[in-house]
Amino acid sequence: MPLFLDDEQTMLRDSARAFVGETAPVSHMRSLRDAKDPNGYAPALWKQFAEMGFTGILIDEAHGGSGLGAVEAGVVLEEIGRNLTPSPFLATAVGAVEALNAGSAAQRERWFPAILAGDAVAALAIDERAKHRPASTALRAERSGNGFKLSGTKRFVTHGHVADLLVVAARTAGAAGEMDGITLFAVEKGAAGLQAKPERLADASLAAAIDFDGVRVEADAVIGEIDAGWAPLTRVLNGVRVGASAELLGVGAGAMDMTVGYLKERKQFGQTIGAFQALQHRAAHLYSEMEVARAAVLKAQQLLDAGDARAEEAVMVAKAMAGLATTLAVQEGVQMHGGIGMTDEYSIGFYMKRGRVLAEMFGDADYHADQLARRAGY
Amino acid sequence: MSDLETFRVETRAWLEENCPPAMRQPVRSEDDACWGGRNAKFSSPDQKLWLDRMAARGWTVPDWPKEYGGGGLSPAEAKILRGEMARLGCRSPLQSFGIWMLGPALLKYGNEAQKQEHLPKIARGEIRWCQGYSEPNAGSDLASLATSAEDMGDHFLVNGQKIWTSYADKADWIFCLVRTDRSSKHNGISFVLFDMASPGVSTKPILLISGYSPFCETFFDNVKVLKENLVGELNKGWDVAKYLLGHEREMISGMGLGDTAKFLPETALKTVGRDEQGRLDEPVLRGRIALFEVRAAAFKAMAERFMDELKAGKAHPAQPSMMKYYGTELNKARHELIMAAGGSDALEWESEASKGGAAPRAWLRTKANSIEGGTSEVQLNIVAKRILDLPSA
Repeated sequence: MPLFLDDEQTMLRDSARAFVGETAPVSHMRSLRDAKDPNGYAPALWKQFAEMGFTGILIDEAHGGSGLGAVEAGVVLEEIGRNLTPSPFLATAVGAVEALNAGSAAQRERWFPAILAGDAVAALAIDERAKHRPASTALRAERSGNGFKLSGTKRFVTHGHVADLLVVAARTAGAAGEMDGITLFAVEKGAAGLQAKPERLADASLAAAIDFDGVRVEADAVIGEIDAGWAPLTRVLNGVRVGASAELLGVGAGAMDMTVGYLKERKQFGQTIGAFQALQHRAAHLYSEMEVARAAVLKAQQLLDAGDARAEEAVMVAKAMAGLATTLAVQEGVQMHGGIGMTDEYSIGFYMKRGRVLAEMFGDADYHADQLARRAGY
Repeated sequence: MSDLETFRVETRAWLEENCPPAMRQPVRSEDDACWGGRNAKFSSPDQKLWLDRMAARGWTVPDWPKEYGGGGLSPAEAKILRGEMARLGCRSPLQSFGIWMLGPALLKYGNEAQKQEHLPKIARGEIRWCQGYSEPNAGSDLASLATSAEDMGDHFLVNGQKIWTSYADKADWIFCLVRTDRSSKHNGISFVLFDMASPGVSTKPILLISGYSPFCETFFDNVKVLKENLVGELNKGWDVAKYLLGHEREMISGMGLGDTAKFLPETALKTVGRDEQGRLDEPVLRGRIALFEVRAAAFKAMAERFMDELKAGKAHPAQPSMMKYYGTELNKARHELIMAAGGSDALEWESEASKGGAAPRAWLRTKANSIEGGTSEVQLNIVAKRILDLPSA
């Protein structure tokens, strides 16, 4: 398979670009922020995503989805990133769908119709500390009756306070730091003992800290096998990491486009600043980093879709490289805009804030480089 | 099974049977690579065997037409061959400026007689080529070159000097830019081929900081070049030159692909050792290596994408400049890390253990990567203007 989008993927990209650009441009995010919107996303827009067929990209055709893959999900996520659109797409249409694809038929029948219709939002309750480290999962799930009782706290759960479905990584055996002994659960909204406290982040998105105070779930809430949740969790993480990489590419590309546009229009010292070689070289370097990151992301998406054994490492490379390149894009964006780039009125700073959140989400460049080094045996 | 899958299976089987084990090791020094030519030196019988077997199938140039010694493979088949060679760790059977640079230019601009004469010999590694581009006063400003070719009726008389001519002292023929009209800078250049054994050609190696002399000064004193050796139209050589430079940049960008994923950590582990948890016992170096490997893996994907886009005619014409820039900067970073990982072992210049100072000499050699074939700054100028469409001053 050649490493560029095929004709159908290009068509999907064009329609996603037009749709997201028109219905949810940066001004949409700004108005939600200014209104201190308590949801963190616009439910009406989420319904439109469903009508476009986006929410079912990873759901197979037998369940009414389109049965596509990480490449296509990434095409939509890139446009979400380019427009800084607040959306439950990554956690719901990618993370939760991947979890449910690893779960039971009953779980799929319970959730897929609502996700396809844009009626349900899901959240991923994985992290428990300021730095992503899923093997350190400590939240306990103790057997109780024919089910489990969950106790502990999750952090950095985007949409956690409004989610209908929480995908929760819990420890049923072993000790924090071990991959064995983790179990994945599907927990429904409104369960007794569940308390979500949303905090607004630097990019104006909302992420919740969620307390589990002996939350009771039935045995059928288990996704996959008891104590063997690392496999479905890996599937979820591969999906959302490569998805976050695509969204990062969109953030970086959006920032780069704004910046290059500004270089062509802003005049100083009697000429367009884009004619200055110092700025041309920085812009060309940025372009190179973004292109390399884009190739790494597409490679990871294609390997994931092909079920290739090398996919997991490629996803780590993609997340790390997209984080590095987009961080550069937003930094250069603010710098090259000069003083105006520091104002709230201008949007380039929004890209910087969103880029930081996404770079941290599901493991930053350092985390993934470290994981790759361990796998390589050093 | 699809045709491509059949091709993959057969190619894998053929490589496994025909690629000698010694040719499945990375090339570790300049002497270890095969360059072919009239006076070819093979470092081992396996090296010659590997070249002969690959050339017989046209696989030294898999995507050239069969009639010119190529393999006649489609882009998809050529990609499979590259992939299968990489999987087995097969060396490229032949290093060749003829393959990387002149061949593509001849395929596009050469006449039938020139293709028939030169391409099969390039494919079989019989003639080693060098490139006569740079001049003492025309480096990055290549088009200001002065070496002249005077029209003498049935031939040109070439006079002047080239510099940085890679392996001119070992080459059999040269492809050379000459001035045929002084009244126009870009439209007064022609592209000619001639035998380095012609009377009036002399070369003088230039000793570099690595202690090697891969480059030469090359002098032309009334060299007679037959008109049949003019490629493309008279005074239109700049078009050929630009086309060829794109291929040169593509070739040099490949340097970013050096395979260090094992070599670099192993070198560091040997000099530094492991901590109690089995990790490289120098956390900052470990982190630097790991982040470098992220970039190297990402660039490998970029190289694959670039080749795919090139073969499909989708690549931006200025993209080779980006590849050249990124690949060479990455290669320099790689060798800085190899030096850091090797510690004082990597400083030895002549010892047997250091293979004659292979590490520091290779490190020093890479410093030219961002100068030769157009400096990094020239590449960034091209990207800024031709891809990002930024204005000229």
